[in-house]
Amino acid sequence: MPELKQLRDPVSRRKFLAVGGGSTALAAFLAACGDDSGSTTTTSMQSSTGAGETAEFGKGDVGILNYALTLEYLETAFYADVIKSGLFKGADLETIRKFGAEEAEHVEALTAAVKQLGGKPAPEPKAEFPLKSAKSVLELAATVENLGAAAYLGQAPNIESPEVLASALAIHSVEGRHAATLNTLLGESITPDGAFAKPADVKTVLKSVEPFLVE
Amino acid sequence: MNEKLVTPELAAVEVDAPGGDLSRSDVILKGALAAGAIYGTAMVSPFVRKALAMSESGDVGILNFALTLEYLEAKFYEEAKSRAKAKGELKSLVNLLAGDEQQHVEALTATVKQLGGKPVAEPKFNFEYSDTAGFLKLAQTFEDTGVGAYNGAGPMIKSKEVLAAAGGIVQVEARHAAAIRLQNKEEPAPAAFDTPLSEKQVLKAVEPFIV
Repeated sequence: MPELKQLRDPVSRRKFLAVGGGSTALAAFLAACGDDSGSTTTTSMQSSTGAGETAEFGKGDVGILNYALTLEYLETAFYADVIKSGLFKGADLETIRKFGAEEAEHVEALTAAVKQLGGKPAPEPKAEFPLKSAKSVLELAATVENLGAAAYLGQAPNIESPEVLASALAIHSVEGRHAATLNTLLGESITPDGAFAKPADVKTVLKSVEPFLVE
Repeated sequence: MNEKLVTPELAAVEVDAPGGDLSRSDVILKGALAAGAIYGTAMVSPFVRKALAMSESGDVGILNFALTLEYLEAKFYEEAKSRAKAKGELKSLVNLLAGDEQQHVEALTATVKQLGGKPVAEPKFNFEYSDTAGFLKLAQTFEDTGVGAYNGAGPMIKSKEVLAAAGGIVQVEARHAAAIRLQNKEEPAPAAFDTPLSEKQVLKAVEPFIV
């Protein structure tokens, strides 16, 4: 899983994350952050995410929702496998159960939303996850959740419907909560990107989940 | 009500909502999420369109509203460094949060100026607590309210760049909220969907702390 290793490494992670837009307002916004990632910020400003990158999942908002649905399916399947693995008990198991149940709710809501918009919900992908030890599973969970949060953030500006945007934002922050919780369990920073979370583009996200997909 | 908190744009949006007292979250999301689905566009778009059309300088209004919340959080954590009696892991967390919120204040101020607006003045705050537990309780309220406030305002933001930036902030607020909740031995992510808050709901939550 070279992609995942790179994503966990904060330095190379920056290379993989693209910041959408590039207007003077955002430039000022980012410049005002005044953190130590100024040079990488400038670099990523040049790689625009932009609308239409979820076209393979459908047109417009349906495509974005189906992209999110695919990720939520993976998260749900991952947590279900983790629960079955018997690697966790007690409070950690309860946390994993709770997060798994929330991802399943996201799947339901996104499926309903795609139908509401007249689209066809994306099929559930077949996936397998390496479940070797509690620590490696927690690390994978943290990677998946941080990536999920970044994926929603990357798509938010591309969403056309205010209603779909409202729903996506309501899910996005929950993914952020999950990510921070898992980072805490691992003794890692709750805000690996600093005071401003960075988005991830579709290509980066799909490449990262590819190793888990089975045909 | 503190006048500085209420921008004309946001106040107008609130007043013009159909039925008068319907908040954004009521109209846009609450029912939809309860059903695990999303309303058909036809149901809400007249209101949303009206709201967006009215807010000619709407993004500045929203950013200033957010700036007020960030002022509150920044001040709260800055004071907490000496008042919260935090030790060890919590002490590091307080320092981290203070730094993040201060960066949000600076970024929002710069963005309001960039859009040709005038950043709101920092209100005076009064936070009443006497121990670590009291601090943590307030912190949880502020962080959860911050998440709801950004999520509620998000769909009203016109500029994609401002929306992207606000998204980058709200995710960090959600991360803060989870970390504070863990300190309080509470569920870090109590629900599958973070309820968006209307301007009115946010003001009600923070007003007691504004002098």
